[in-house]
Amino acid sequence: MNARVLPYVLIAPVTLFLCVFFLYPFFLVAQQAFTTGNGFTMDNFREVVSYWKFPISLRNTFLLALAVVPVQLALSLLMATMVNNMKRGRDLVLYVWTIPLGISDLAAGIIWLAIFEQSGFLNSMLYGLGVVDQPASFLSYQNMTVVFIAIMLAEIWRATAIMLVIIVAGIGLIPKEYYEAAEVFGASPWKRFVKITLPLLRPSLQTALILRVVLAFEVFAVVAALGGSIFPVLMEQIYENQFNLQNGGTAAALALIVLAISISFTLVILRALRVPKGATI
Amino acid sequence: MAVIEIKNVAKRFGEYQALQDINLTIEDQEFMVLLGASGCGKSTLLRIICGLETATEGEVWIGGKRVDHLPPKDRGISMVFQNYAVFPHLTVFENIAFGLRMKKLPDDEVTRRVERTAGLMHIDQLLQRYSGELSGGQRQRVAVARALAMEPDVILMDEPLSNLDALLRMEMRAELKGVLAESNTTAIYVTHDQVEAMSMADRISVMHKGEIVQAASPIEVYRNPAAEFVAGFIGNPPMNFLPAAPAGSGQWHVAGQVIEGPQVDRALRFAVRPEDVRPAETGLTAVARIVEPLGAHLLVTCDIEGEMFRAVLDSDLAIRSGDKLILAPQPDRVRWFDPETTKAVA
Ligand SMILES: Nc1ncnc2c1ncn2[C@@H]1O[C@H](COP(=O)(O)OP(=O)(O)OP(=O)(O)O)[C@@H](O)[C@H]1O
Ligand SMILES: [Mg+2]
Repeated sequence: MNARVLPYVLIAPVTLFLCVFFLYPFFLVAQQAFTTGNGFTMDNFREVVSYWKFPISLRNTFLLALAVVPVQLALSLLMATMVNNMKRGRDLVLYVWTIPLGISDLAAGIIWLAIFEQSGFLNSMLYGLGVVDQPASFLSYQNMTVVFIAIMLAEIWRATAIMLVIIVAGIGLIPKEYYEAAEVFGASPWKRFVKITLPLLRPSLQTALILRVVLAFEVFAVVAALGGSIFPVLMEQIYENQFNLQNGGTAAALALIVLAISISFTLVILRALRVPKGATI
Repeated sequence: MAVIEIKNVAKRFGEYQALQDINLTIEDQEFMVLLGASGCGKSTLLRIICGLETATEGEVWIGGKRVDHLPPKDRGISMVFQNYAVFPHLTVFENIAFGLRMKKLPDDEVTRRVERTAGLMHIDQLLQRYSGELSGGQRQRVAVARALAMEPDVILMDEPLSNLDALLRMEMRAELKGVLAESNTTAIYVTHDQVEAMSMADRISVMHKGEIVQAASPIEVYRNPAAEFVAGFIGNPPMNFLPAAPAGSGQWHVAGQVIEGPQVDRALRFAVRPEDVRPAETGLTAVARIVEPLGAHLLVTCDIEGEMFRAVLDSDLAIRSGDKLILAPQPDRVRWFDPETTKAVA
């Protein structure tokens, strides 16, 4: 076959797949968001943004992402470094740490609910140890901080592994010789981490952070299980609009807002962790 | 003052004995060359001296202090790695400055040293480039500059010029030697290249299969090889060997000829360098097999009683393949080896 045509023929199936299952639905959602009964309009956006729960859910989503992602980043770097320095049992530890990845987020939320609810493990334990006189209701309006911490813990437990896996792979790719050179030229272990590991890990960090940040803005099931309606987040608002209020237009508008947030953060991460021009990593 | 003493060092990787019985003292400001075939343990020895590898047995002393348990940075050394290890995420400037920054030297001092060493290595035009934008030889010079910029007591160089073209290598060799002599640095320099070894070394240590066979001045190693391995490894073409049978009272039968030699009563091997034979009336009877004119000389590969024998002769001689030659060895250049131990016999 003609060498100029062949590449296009080869990518045609993928292109078709992407168009049918990604681009087309995206256009449908966009159309839904920007129309009501009569042509182009921003009404849907105006409506969702002016709803009283919108600022709260926006704030909650951001707060959660801000609280969770840095902790996960630090944790996964620490865990990856540990795994990488292990001589034996490395695979076993990695498997154990990635188990939460195989659990659906709703199930994860329910597991942590079982710990924190009034008749849950934490209460039984505190009661059994005599720390409290009667089981406390942690996950309530009165205890917003506890609710937040419970959600944070559940999210960290559930989704750190996804960053870990990417970072372990990335660290494994850094040649040992750079560490040896750095060591000979006087870099302490911490300096080696900062001056060699982190810069050479930039591509992996980009991927891991983008993936994790985008997922953080989509947080839903864990929050629903632990916080219910007392801790509204953006995704929960989409669900609310689509299924309880039966308003596809506002749900679509919210979805586009989440998309816009995700894209902006992706761009910020790409820019912040970019590899300088000419450097080959 | 940085004398390096290596005492009874051995290194095993699992079952594999990479180094054994290494005893070597490198004097302050000496330029020691480690010469040996690929896989004989040169890099392993350097890595033990700089602390990236721990010896299975033995001790390493630098400047009168035992350093076995010190981390590399506390040994006062810097190193040029065989695989360069030039950091890909830093510019050439920052690569050379890496160790200086770790020592927290002031910025102007860093700049001064980087520019000076980059100038010496002819890479001052490349300071803002990244390693991915350099050729192999340029990267190698960055590695050398990075080590020199530290102004260390001891510098370890693992084939630092292997990737340069012949002309540049010759220039860099002289440059490097000059810088090191000026800076009072003790240097250990690994190379495969015997010309490099000969021309740069104060002393050469010839390594073979994890052992040091001989450590002596270049001329000594060349003239009086301590073992057959050294004789065969150094010199191009290498030394010739012929079997010798005792003929009593220091006389030896070599290829039907009687030659004076050492007073021992077992079979030895006679050895002479190709350039130390001359055509004469009496001597070893040889048949020329291959004649290669090399300009200044004629390299004749001949056959003496079934043994291969090379002679470097005057290029004016008209010798053709198949010709019969009588080659007389220069008596004071003849050496003798014990075939059992392969060591030299006086
Ligand atoms: N980490 C290691 N594990 C096992 N064997 C090793 C290790 N490092 C080196 N060796 C072995 O030790 C021997 C000496 O290796 P070394 O790198 O010191 O050789 P070298 O003399 O520097 O060779 P070259 O001139 O090719 O660089 C080799 O046979 C090598 O296979
Ligand atoms: Mg080597």
